[in-house]
This record gives sequence, structure tokens and C-alpha cells, in this order.
Amino acid sequence: MKFAVIVFPGSNCDRDMYHAVKNVLGMEADLVWHEHSNLENYDAVLLPGGFSYGDYLRSGAIASASGVMQQIRAHAEAGKPILGVCNGFQILLEAGLLPGVMLPNKHLSFMCHHEALAVANHETPFTTNYEQGKVIHLPIAHGEGNYFADDETLSALKKNNQIVFTYENNPNGSAADIAGIINSDGNVLGMMPHPERAVEKLLGSDDGIRLFQSLIENWRDAYAVNA
Amino acid sequence: MLLTHDINPEKVEQEKLYRGMGLSDDEFKKIKDILQRRPNFTEAGIFSVMWSEHCSYKTSKPLLKRFPSYGLNVLQGPGEGAGVIDIGDGQAVVFKVESHNHPSAVEPYHGAATGVGGILRDVFSMGARPIALMNSLRFGKLTSGRTKYLFQEVVHGIAGYGNCVGVPTVGGEVQFDDSYEENPLVNAMCVGLIDHEDIQKGIASGVGNTVIYAGAPTGRDGIHGATFASVDLSDESGEDRPSVQVGDPFMEKLLIEACLEVIHSDALVGMQDMGAAGLTSSASEMASKAGTGIVMNLDFVPQREADMNPYELMLSESQERMLLVVKQGREQEIIDVFEKYGLQAVAVGEVTEEKSFLLKQHGEVVAHLPVDALAEDAPVYHMPAKEAAYVKAFQQMENTIPYVADYGAMLKQLLQQPTIASKECVYDQYDSMVQTNSIVPPGSDSAVIRIKGMDKALAITTDCNSRYIYIDPETGGKIAVAEAARNIVCSGARPLGLTDGLNFGNPTNPEVFWQMQQSVEGMSEAARILETPVVSGNVSLYNQSNGKSIFPTLVVGMVGLIESLEHLTPNFFQAPGDLIYVIGETKAEFGGSELQNVVEGTYQGKAPFIDLQVEAERQKQLFTAIRQDLVQSAHDLAEGGLGVALAESVFNDKGLGLEADIFGNPTTALFSETQSRFLVTVKPHQQRQFEAAVTEACQIGTVTDHGKFLIRANDETLIDEDVQILHNLWEGAIPCLLK
Repeated sequence: MKFAVIVFPGSNCDRDMYHAVKNVLGMEADLVWHEHSNLENYDAVLLPGGFSYGDYLRSGAIASASGVMQQIRAHAEAGKPILGVCNGFQILLEAGLLPGVMLPNKHLSFMCHHEALAVANHETPFTTNYEQGKVIHLPIAHGEGNYFADDETLSALKKNNQIVFTYENNPNGSAADIAGIINSDGNVLGMMPHPERAVEKLLGSDDGIRLFQSLIENWRDAYAVNA
Repeated sequence: MLLTHDINPEKVEQEKLYRGMGLSDDEFKKIKDILQRRPNFTEAGIFSVMWSEHCSYKTSKPLLKRFPSYGLNVLQGPGEGAGVIDIGDGQAVVFKVESHNHPSAVEPYHGAATGVGGILRDVFSMGARPIALMNSLRFGKLTSGRTKYLFQEVVHGIAGYGNCVGVPTVGGEVQFDDSYEENPLVNAMCVGLIDHEDIQKGIASGVGNTVIYAGAPTGRDGIHGATFASVDLSDESGEDRPSVQVGDPFMEKLLIEACLEVIHSDALVGMQDMGAAGLTSSASEMASKAGTGIVMNLDFVPQREADMNPYELMLSESQERMLLVVKQGREQEIIDVFEKYGLQAVAVGEVTEEKSFLLKQHGEVVAHLPVDALAEDAPVYHMPAKEAAYVKAFQQMENTIPYVADYGAMLKQLLQQPTIASKECVYDQYDSMVQTNSIVPPGSDSAVIRIKGMDKALAITTDCNSRYIYIDPETGGKIAVAEAARNIVCSGARPLGLTDGLNFGNPTNPEVFWQMQQSVEGMSEAARILETPVVSGNVSLYNQSNGKSIFPTLVVGMVGLIESLEHLTPNFFQAPGDLIYVIGETKAEFGGSELQNVVEGTYQGKAPFIDLQVEAERQKQLFTAIRQDLVQSAHDLAEGGLGVALAESVFNDKGLGLEADIFGNPTTALFSETQSRFLVTVKPHQQRQFEAAVTEACQIGTVTDHGKFLIRANDETLIDEDVQILHNLWEGAIPCLLK
């Protein structure tokens, strides 16, 4: 399975994401500069965290309008998996690939620590290796992670089982304790917590590794069937 | 300030305009002697920043020579952007500390943010990838509105910059004392990792090579920042706000990636950050180091504002700028790399054989100066020193033991002192995990950064107890180094070397200069005996306002090497049943202690005694025991003594408690700040081996699983508290004060 880690100017978790899939999970992966991107040969696209374009205008807003987004949309429409983490999630929201917006954290401060999350839907291609309802620990590091959507959208998310991760102790004011959501087609996941920062025990948690393993195993199953 | 460029040289002299730039009459005369003519306005400005204390170290240079700065592993000592120490496997660690005190006093957010930006550039201009940031902060008491504002905005500024550039801020220290009320200190440290073959130097060698300006355009911000940093703060300092720079961390992030790509090109000859004194210092220093000269055409310098005159262009301290020297004919390769990141890179000049600094604008020569006169012929002042009268009086005082009525209540009070209390509300705002190498997060004696692909890690700490330096500068200087080394050793690392951030008052005051002399002497001796060479550093003087000087504050940023991850040792107690030991005897030493501050409201008397040979021997024994896997946890005893260290050791959500016995005077046993002591835990089955390895260790108790903090003195219960209650008080103290 081959991963593309998209690098925008100001991305800063790109190398961490690359390290996780390439060195820890042993997959093929490339850091793909946003201007030189042909995503056709990649099986999955990873949008890493950071401050793309300095968070100017709004977090993720400028990156969501960059040229590479056209290919990312095509990748999504083809049903291939896309994972956006932190700023990557913000970009997916700004691009309209996921519903809702991000507000500044309730207390207005950037915060960085481990948070307890519940796996609210373990039937997505990203979460099959978790047990339903299982509490896992992943780091958060953001100033604008306060997820907001209107009531209609929230009830649709709930009804369609699109809420994938919820905070056990909501740190930022997110609606419905949302930490991560998936699109209705089930192939685009956005989440504020950082699974790529939790793939080695040495770093305090390896609860994130199952997310990548889920993705790889489901892709292998699908690929084996299709082949 | 006058910014008109057509003021003629006669006017500069007659109206003594150079004084407004910070030059003395004698210095102006020296400039005339060097040039054999009067300098024009721009030239006087260039001399004034290059000869400012910030750039020339003119009063501190004679003292800095005392530092031991060489060692077998030192690849680069003081003189370049940052110091470099070999860590084996063809890798090296690059580090430096820098102050941004005066800007932070006037404009705390941007002052602190640009302090981070500046120290990052010092490290990546060497070719190293920045892997960690630390900071050392000092504020007044956290009770005044202004101090709360300064504290919160400085933290926001550090977070705003560090988080965006993607370099983890992994720790640091904060102290609160009256002496910093008007003049807070913001010292930032950056650590980088580099392969030996990538080490760059800021040199302009090769006549005919091209000088390239890269990064942000030049604006009118930070003009004369280096001079502003070299005078006392006053009530009018707010008017100097234009001297404070504004940073753009997004630009810096792009600059980091571009510079780290450019270093792999053999077209690059040298690279230097445009820091203090901007284009002036980077260009003239690069030429001076290479024994060459530089000619620059200022028309080509990217400019953010219209009609900038040469004085403004040369003295601006706009951020996120780099100066490169590139092989002639290969400019485009370098420019292409910067353009990939959307950054401007422009050829602005050329390296010349004649050792002069020649600047042109609109076809005219606007400055023509001998390069060495700027960098190397700066005046050196040997200031008069006089033993501070208060220190003499303190030395006469007997060691007394402050009165403590209720030990449990006193422990609680100490745990809530802002200097001791948890700083979680500070470091929670920093991205401490990006780059996924932070294996010991903020909140320990040292932060630890693993090196990917290797079985090794770096331990990093910043330390300085300025109260000891205030009451006894020489002893305090020794303690600052010793404490940093203890913190490094506790994590299982061998100390490699240090960077110093020297912060003092006005050196023209003989008592302040004496503090400088004595404390630097103490620090040098400790660095020699503990084998931690001083490889880089920074001096910040004139840290006083309205005649009141700060406590002399010698921040020690130290880096150590953990040679195998198996040696990594936590600060906190690990498991019930482990035996608790104190290494080193305890004496009644309360001068400058937290207890003295709480009980008597002042710092006075003798600083704790330190014998550096004893210190070195204990560190060596503990380090050896750690490497033999005999130690479960190790923690340095510092502010608040054993009582506070014991409490901190069980604040880790494991539900642990402790039972310990102390003997002799309980106030001394629990709260004295005697130096060269450690708190360690050991598995019962390794007791004999441990006691054989560490000769001065004394068992005082056991780790329990009952969540109680239980201390018996001379067989009677002295303290019996719930760990959770102590933990909550410690954790909540600073957020509570900020409300």
C-alpha cells in the first residue's frame, strides 16, 4: 500500500506522518510537495498537521484552495481513503469534503497533551482494529479544534454514524464532543487528535497504530478481492 | 529619532547626533581616528550598532575569556551562530541560548516570539535542523496586573511562534521575584541536530563570490534594536516600541526548510542569520571572519516600505532574513530553492579582496568602512569592580533556621509558591510533541529527545537560581552549572556542554560589574571541574529600570547524551516497595531558599556551600549506578529541599505514596537547600549493589501504594497528608493566581 503525505508550505507534522507509515508501519510512502503532485499512483492520501500557509485567513482556508485539492477531490470520489489530521482536518472542512467548521478552543489557548477518546464507530476502514466504545489515548495539539456544525448537520452525522471519535473529557468545546468525523461515503476521515504521534510506546502511547493498521488491512482485503 | 539621510557629517559631530545612537564622545573620536575623517550619518549608525554591547560584548569580553570553551568533543566553540558538540555516529548537537529581555518588557508577545525566531535562525544557519526549544523566564511577583499580563503574553508569544514553526518546546523554567518586576527576562534556547559534513559557517570567502539576501523583505521595524538592548529600561521605553521587531513564524518555517535544502548544495560558501544589527552585522562579520570585504548595492535589497534610506536598511532588525555567500555563477541554483518555498532570494553584492564594507545606493557610495574596525576593533572596556556592600554584610550573618510551626501546612504553602508550583498551564500551550521525538515531556528535571534510528537521546535543561547568585555571586555561579549538570545526570545522561545566558544590570555600576566578575568566575570553575565546556552564549546587560537592577541571572542551558535508551531514568517514583534514598548530607542552609522567602519575606545570609569536587564525585557515582541499572528514579534536590522533592516524586497519577523517616532538626531535614544532593529510588533486591556503588546514599523510606505522604521525625508523625490534595494545590496554584 502506497501513501502520499501532502506537504503544504507551513505543514509541520508531515515528517512525523511519513515516519509513522514508512518506518513504523513499513509501508511505501512519499512526501509530496503540493505543487508537484500526481496522486494517481497512491492508494491513500494523508493530510498532515501544522500551520499550512501560516493559518492566514482561517486555518486550512488557503490550502483548501490550492491546486492539489482538485486531485484530492478526485481521489475521494474514487473512493480511496483520505486521512486529515489536525490542520489536515481543518483543510478537509474548508474544502467541503467534510461538513462543519472549526472555532478557536473554548478557552482560547493552544493546548497540547494526551486526551482520552472513545471509538464511536469502529466500522470505518480506519477503525476496524479498535473495539467499539474502546477508550484510547492520543495527543492533541491545536488552538482551533472546537468543532461546530448546525443542528441539522449534527443530527445527520449522528444518524449516519459519521462520528468516529469523541472526547471523553471535552477539552475544547467541540459540539457533541466530536474529535473526528468521516464523510458519508466512509472514505474521508478528519480528526483533531494525532494518531501519528502515538505509534510507539516510547512516545507515551501507541494507541494510534491500530488506525493505520485498520487502513492497511482493509485496503489489502479490498485489493485481494478486486484482484 | 532622526532618520534623515542627508544630514551631513559635520552636523553628526557638531550636534552630537551619535549620542542618540548610543556612541560615547570617546567612541566617536575613535571612529574619526580609524577613518581619518568624520563618519556620515549612516556610517555612524553602523558603528553604533556594531559597537553596542549586544554585538561587541565590549564590557563583558574580558570576563567571557574566563570560560573553558574547548573539549575533545567540541567541534565549534563560541564565535559562530551556535556551539557544536560531537555525539558520535557522525552526528553533532548544535545549541545556543539568547535573550530578548528589553523587547519583551515593552511588547511581550512579539518580544518573546522574535526571541524564539532569532535563536532558531542561529541554529539552522549552522545547517542544523532545530529539534527542541527551551526557555528560561523571569517575572516579578505574580500578584500585579502588569506581571500577569507580561507573563501570559510572553507565554503566548513563545507558543505562537514555536508551535507554528514545528519545533517542540520541551521545557524550561520560570522564577518569580520582585527584582524582575519592571524588567522581565526572556531567554530562549534552541537545540539542533546535524551531520558533521553539513556544518556551515558564516564566512564570506572567495573574492568575486556573490552575496545573496534571502527571506523576508526589510522594513522599518527593529531599527536600532541592538542599541535599545544596551541601555537601561525607563518609563519612556514604551516610546521605543518601533525598536521591537514583529515576527512571522510561517516565513521562518519556509526559511528553515529552504536553508536546510540549500546546505546540500556545494554552491553555498557561507550563511548567517541577520539577527541583532541586521544586514550590518551579518555582512561585516562574514567578511571579517573570512579576511575579505563586501560591496553591496542597497537598491537590490528587498524592501517592504518605500523610500528607505541606507541608515534604515542597514540598521533594521526585520525578522526572518538570511545572508548567504554563493559561488560566482551558481546563484540561480540557490535562488531556485528559495523560490520553491515562495521566498525572495536576491544577489545584493560581492565578496571583495579589499577588506572594506562598501555600500552603494542610487549610484552613490553611502558608506565605506574598514571591515575589521567594525567587528574586531570595537572598544573593550575594563570596568571598575567593587564588592557589593550587601554581599559583605550577608557573609557576616550566621546561618539561622527559619521558624516552622506546622510542617504539613508549610509543605502545602511551599508547593503553591509560583516558582515551585506546576507549570503545566504554561507548557500545555506549547506543542511539545511535534517531530515525535519527545520521550520525556515537559515537567521533568530535563527534557529528553530521542534521535530517530539510533539507540540514543539528548537530555536538555535550563537552570539558574538567581537568588543564590544575588546573595553570593561566585557561589551562585557555581551552583547554576552544578544544578544543570545534576538535572542532566538524573535523566541518565552524561553532560556534554553548556550555553550561557548572562543577564545583569548596568555594568557601569561597579557593584554590578563585580557581580558579573564573581559569578562568571564561579561558573567557569564549575564548568571546568564538571567538564562541561561553554560552547556558546549571550550577554544581556542594562537589565534595570529606575535604578533598580535585576538579580544577576546566569541561565545555564545544558545538553547531555543518553548513550543507550536503557539508561533513560525518570524523575518520579515508579513502584510501591522501592526504597527511597537521599544522596549527600544535609546542613542548615537557608540563605536564598524558598523557605526563607516564605517565612522571612527576603533573601539574605550565606548561599548554600558547594564543593565542586564532591559534586563531581556524586554525579559520577550516580551516573555509574544508573548505567548499571541500579536506579529506578532520580531527582535533583532544589528549591524547597527534600520536602518538595519528595512531593514532586509522587505527583504522577500512579496512586503512589511514601513513608519516610527524618532525623535531626526537621526544618533542616525537610526544607534546607544544601547542594549536591539527589533523591533516588532503588529496587529492594538491588539495595546492596546500589549502596556499594553510591557511597553517600542514605535510605530514608519506602514508596507505598496508599496515596499518603507520611513523614516521621525522630519517630513521631510530622506530616500526614493525602498525595492527591498536595498534587491539586501544586497544580492549581498558578492558574489560581492568574484568575
